[in-house]
Amino acid sequence: MALQSLDIKQRSATTTPAPSVRKTVEVAKLIDVSTCIGCKACQAACMEWNDIRDEVGRNYGVYDNPMDLTDKSWTVMRYAEVEEKGRLEWLIRKDGCMHCLEPGCLKACPAPGAIVQYANGIVDFHEEHCIGCGYCITGCPFNIPRISKEDGKAYKCSLCSDRVAVGQAPACAKACPTGAIQFGTKEDMQDYAAKRIGDLKERGFDKAGLYDPAGVGGTHVMYVLHHADRPQLYSGLPADPGISPLVSLWKGFAKPLASLALGAVALGSLFHYVMKGPNEVSKETEKEVEKEGSQ
Amino acid sequence: MQVTRRQFFKICSAGLGGSSIAMLGYSPTAALAEVREFKLARATETRNMCPYCSVSCGVLAYSIGDKSKNAKAKIIHIEGDPDNPVNRGTLCPKGAGLLDMINSPNRLKFPEVREAGSNEWKRISWDEAITRITKHMKADRDANFVEKNAEGTTVNRWNTFGFLASSASSNEPGYLTVKTLRALGVVALDTQARI
Repeated sequence: MALQSLDIKQRSATTTPAPSVRKTVEVAKLIDVSTCIGCKACQAACMEWNDIRDEVGRNYGVYDNPMDLTDKSWTVMRYAEVEEKGRLEWLIRKDGCMHCLEPGCLKACPAPGAIVQYANGIVDFHEEHCIGCGYCITGCPFNIPRISKEDGKAYKCSLCSDRVAVGQAPACAKACPTGAIQFGTKEDMQDYAAKRIGDLKERGFDKAGLYDPAGVGGTHVMYVLHHADRPQLYSGLPADPGISPLVSLWKGFAKPLASLALGAVALGSLFHYVMKGPNEVSKETEKEVEKEGSQ
Repeated sequence: MQVTRRQFFKICSAGLGGSSIAMLGYSPTAALAEVREFKLARATETRNMCPYCSVSCGVLAYSIGDKSKNAKAKIIHIEGDPDNPVNRGTLCPKGAGLLDMINSPNRLKFPEVREAGSNEWKRISWDEAITRITKHMKADRDANFVEKNAEGTTVNRWNTFGFLASSASSNEPGYLTVKTLRALGVVALDTQARI
């Protein structure tokens, strides 16, 4: 019996395996960029549900508001104006955590249990275990987590794990008035995406496709893009995201080496103590020093 | 409690082994990770209508407490009503942020009046407000009511008064609004709702 509402698949900085016999449904959120009108209901619903309120920022003359993700804005709409075949296209993408199958943040995190991946695919941050090192930001191929200036801990979209745990859709998906955000099992979302892509292809977007990048093992937040061959058009969505080599270098090579060096130092000190013993001052030297001191 | 020599050794070794394992980082509590508690589990759910535009989306307002006598209710969350045919659970950004409108310090919570010649708003009671409005209505109706038109046909019109009904009204309050106001002879009658 699991002692929590969602089964755990992976945990940061933990080597003991998680129970893996039971198989639960894998969930996903599908963002259909072609039906999004950029109304930001998802942003408002996200803040409302998660009890976060970002500061009222500045207007920079564009629709983006806030301009970037913050510790209190876990999702933002990014508006890109792109000229395609002499026509202006307004590509609006809801940015936020992609909930990768192979999460770079979790791999990089050194704090046990600060980042958890549930069996349903959600990657969740547990701020109470977070030490605020910021390695998750280095590890994330999509540049999503943000460190709070208030408590020095990392925050990002939880895919409303508290709602999903009780069988509800994330707040953003529920609110979306055009149905551009859909939520369900990953399989159902792929089926729905295939229908949408077929429709877009009929309308002349012959490069339409699903964004579910294999470089991170696939994601649990997927996009339907009209230009799936060039995802970078959508405010720099990476074409082939992968975990930074720095993370593998640190976790796969540098960390065991450092641990080995640390062990060697401890062992060396022990041998030194046994063989040479503690550094002792002879009575004569002591007397000499005392004499010098009294003069 | 009776503990034999053998049991005593067992307890000691189990305790020592357990604490050593915990010290090595195999603590069983650390392997747990719980999601945030679902905050609406026993909150009171109340159906209502979004007050903003004429689309009139259905909303569910969640408040703390179970309406018992000593528990003061406060709305903690609002989301779309999936059973409402207008929006089927969805909301626009304004509707999704309704909670902050309800808790806004600028929200009007009681009737106020600005007397003629004054530049200040003064708080009045609901009784005073309703009496005041009724008196104004009666005076205006008595002065301007049109019983018959130029041809002598009975028309019973009250042309100098208009009424704008709430967008949060559903069919039944809408029916009552029309019934009451048409009985008074009101012609200019509208509602913001388009449902």
